[in-house]
Amino acid sequence: MEFNLSEDHQMLADSLRRYLADNYDIETRNAAAFEAPYHSAETWSGLAELGVIGAFLPEDQGGFGGTAEDVSVIFEELGRALCAEPVLGALIGLRLLADAGRDELAAAVIEGRARVALAIQEPGIGCDLDPLSATARKDGDGWRLDGRKSAIYGGPGADHLLIVARIGAGGGQGGSQDGTLGLFLAETPALIDAAMVDGGGIADLAMEDLAAECLSEDAGAAIEDALDLGRIALCAEAVGAMARLIDMTVDYLKQRNQFGRPLASFQALQHRVVDMLVELEQARSITIRAVADYGSDNQARAVSMAKNLIGRAARHIAEEAIQLHGGIGMTWEYPGSHYAKRLVMIDHQLGDKNDHALRLIKLQPRKDAA
Amino acid sequence: MDLSFTKEEQAFRDEVRRFLRDNLPREIAAKVSAGKELEKDEILHWQEILNRKGWLATTWPAEHGGPGWTAVERHIFAEESARASAPRMPPFGLNMLGPVLIKFGSDDQKARILPRILDGSDWWCQGYSEPGAGSDLASLKTRAVRDGDHYVVNGQKTWTTLGQHANKIFCLVRTATEGKPQEGISFLLVDLDTPGVEMRPIRLIDGGHEVNEVFFTDARVPVENLVGKENQGWTIAKYLLTHERTNIAGVGFSARDLERYHQLAQELSRDGQPVADHPVYALRAAEIEADLEAMSITNLRMLAQARDGAAGGVESSLLKLKGTQIRQEIQDLYRSALGAQAAPDAEDLSENELTVPVDAARAAPVYFNNRKLSIFGGSNEIQRNIVAKELFRG
Ligand SMILES: Cc1cc2nc3c(=O)[nH]c(=O)nc-3n(C[C@H](O)[C@H](O)[C@H](O)COP(=O)(O)OP(=O)(O)OC[C@H]3O[C@@H](n4cnc5c(N)ncnc54)[C@H](O)[C@@H]3O)c2cc1C
Repeated sequence: MEFNLSEDHQMLADSLRRYLADNYDIETRNAAAFEAPYHSAETWSGLAELGVIGAFLPEDQGGFGGTAEDVSVIFEELGRALCAEPVLGALIGLRLLADAGRDELAAAVIEGRARVALAIQEPGIGCDLDPLSATARKDGDGWRLDGRKSAIYGGPGADHLLIVARIGAGGGQGGSQDGTLGLFLAETPALIDAAMVDGGGIADLAMEDLAAECLSEDAGAAIEDALDLGRIALCAEAVGAMARLIDMTVDYLKQRNQFGRPLASFQALQHRVVDMLVELEQARSITIRAVADYGSDNQARAVSMAKNLIGRAARHIAEEAIQLHGGIGMTWEYPGSHYAKRLVMIDHQLGDKNDHALRLIKLQPRKDAA
Repeated sequence: MDLSFTKEEQAFRDEVRRFLRDNLPREIAAKVSAGKELEKDEILHWQEILNRKGWLATTWPAEHGGPGWTAVERHIFAEESARASAPRMPPFGLNMLGPVLIKFGSDDQKARILPRILDGSDWWCQGYSEPGAGSDLASLKTRAVRDGDHYVVNGQKTWTTLGQHANKIFCLVRTATEGKPQEGISFLLVDLDTPGVEMRPIRLIDGGHEVNEVFFTDARVPVENLVGKENQGWTIAKYLLTHERTNIAGVGFSARDLERYHQLAQELSRDGQPVADHPVYALRAAEIEADLEAMSITNLRMLAQARDGAAGGVESSLLKLKGTQIRQEIQDLYRSALGAQAAPDAEDLSENELTVPVDAARAAPVYFNNRKLSIFGGSNEIQRNIVAKELFRG
């Protein structure tokens, strides 16, 4: 058993932490995160130069890492610094590009010359992809896509869009659909851009006869794998952000005086912080489980456990942190409020705690009824 | 035991409903329902309609222009107004300063100030909290030093809700530094136009401008603006805290928000079924409904006690504590039900652009904003302290 990071991973974590500490304070973050295109080109190329994006692919696919551990080490640091850059979209998109053998484009993404985002989500989808209803049909040499996509993370300003659509669907609304999930590539079509509530870019896409290139006619399994890795990334990000927010809360309670003494001296408040810490350690452990099981038979179960637990822990820690700060925790100016927002909103990405609890129930090993 | 309202009370409820149906402007109710910030004019417009009807200053006795309602009638009115998404009237002039003046003010102050609260000429804001004095309000430092016919005020107030709309502020100020801190506090009325008074906005977690900081630098305030006696401010502040707290549980707001949730849950689907039928959401909504039903009965129990003349410090703490928890739970449920669709800040995008129901576009910001409910008005920790002190006394 070994829970310490390898030397390489420790170096990666240290250099990323240093880079963000030196170049990415909360003002820089907020200035970029809430104004179109909702990220900073400068920070993005800085991250690419550090090798952060390349670390999402194994060497044989042109990267220099590619394990779930690489991903979690990076995202924990991104979470600690509350980085709102479109790294999640890049991670998932890059994995799918590489799987489809698009090495040149993948290399451009790794070097920061191109940015990719993924259009998979549709309104009303949790983490079960069966009800996805956007469709693809052959049109001469190419393909045409129809339907509505939402929650395209990092969509604003992306150069390439990967789109998931159903091939050979019999039609019919809702419920399980037939056909396969195809993966398509389009030069960025007109997206409907917005900021996320917690900062960073998100987009919707309305497709009518949208021309696209097909990368894979049956990408269902690859998509699930890439999404699970994205979920691990979100869990690790939450762990980093929770750790930082708890530190901030402890510091604040020590420094704030009311009734002639530091708030930290009230045992009722100390106990609340202890409960936050318990949640953080649980979150850290379940994320380690998910990282370890990525690529194994237990991947889906471990990932869903992690995403469910993180959803609960992150909300708890966010709400308690705001409460324990009093009015200050409610202000835009205080960095802690942005951490709290991110932590609550992480549960809205790639399936929330309920979606993952239901997935876990479905995957539960059952003894056959005698 | 009888949980029903009297015939008269039921008739009163019908009358309130009718009035709201006929007089509450639709556009305003729609904005309130969607959690959007109202313009000052919109609030004043509703204020004027209520004032014309004589239903504005619900806590004031009839001689000063109040409707002369019982506690139960006030409760019914508050509940129906919330359910109809009527704007919440800023409480500062109507529910705070008004009752204080009626109890402690001079005849001149009553005659001068009360009518201007009713007709909207003055918008008051509340200057209690300071950067260093939140839960520990008695430690406040803003100084008022007597100089002839004036007090000279120096210091800073903060968290001043809707101060940007106000022309007046009522403040707790320090007029003596000896003895217990509570004994050196006075209640002073200040014109925001006074030279040396400056207001700056504070941006909240949801991006909105709802609170402010107010700075006082040698601001000269006429002594006739002192309410009650010098150093009587703490008594006045405490009177306010225990006065008229029947609406503190916000049962009406919760009922409205739960209704909004049920509407949304029918519009939204998750994994191919309506969220309304989704086991997890349906379960949680049912539990909250039970909590809210209990809360509304608790509220009525305490209302009946108040009607029968019992003082209610501990009771109002219990109402505040559980009432705000329920309100916050409903906001959490509402936001959660949107799933991935809660992520975009969709307020500025129109309906057909983003696939977020227009009414729900501010679900997440409203949830974050409502974290304030357990912080202000005496934080929920302070409410627990109050109850615990009573419980473990002697
Ligand atoms: C949106 C908003 C609007 C407001 N509007 C107004 C307004 O119009 N006018 C006005 O005067 N004020 C206003 N307030 C201020 C509000 O009353 C204070 O925020 C509140 O009193 C808490 O004070 P604080 O923020 O300084 O927190 P602190 O007092 O510093 O408290 C921080 C944390 O410590 C806890 N705590 C403090 N003391 C104890 C204790 N003894 N035991 C256990 N826990 C403790 C608190 O509960 C809280 O969780 C507003 C606040 C907000 C957020």
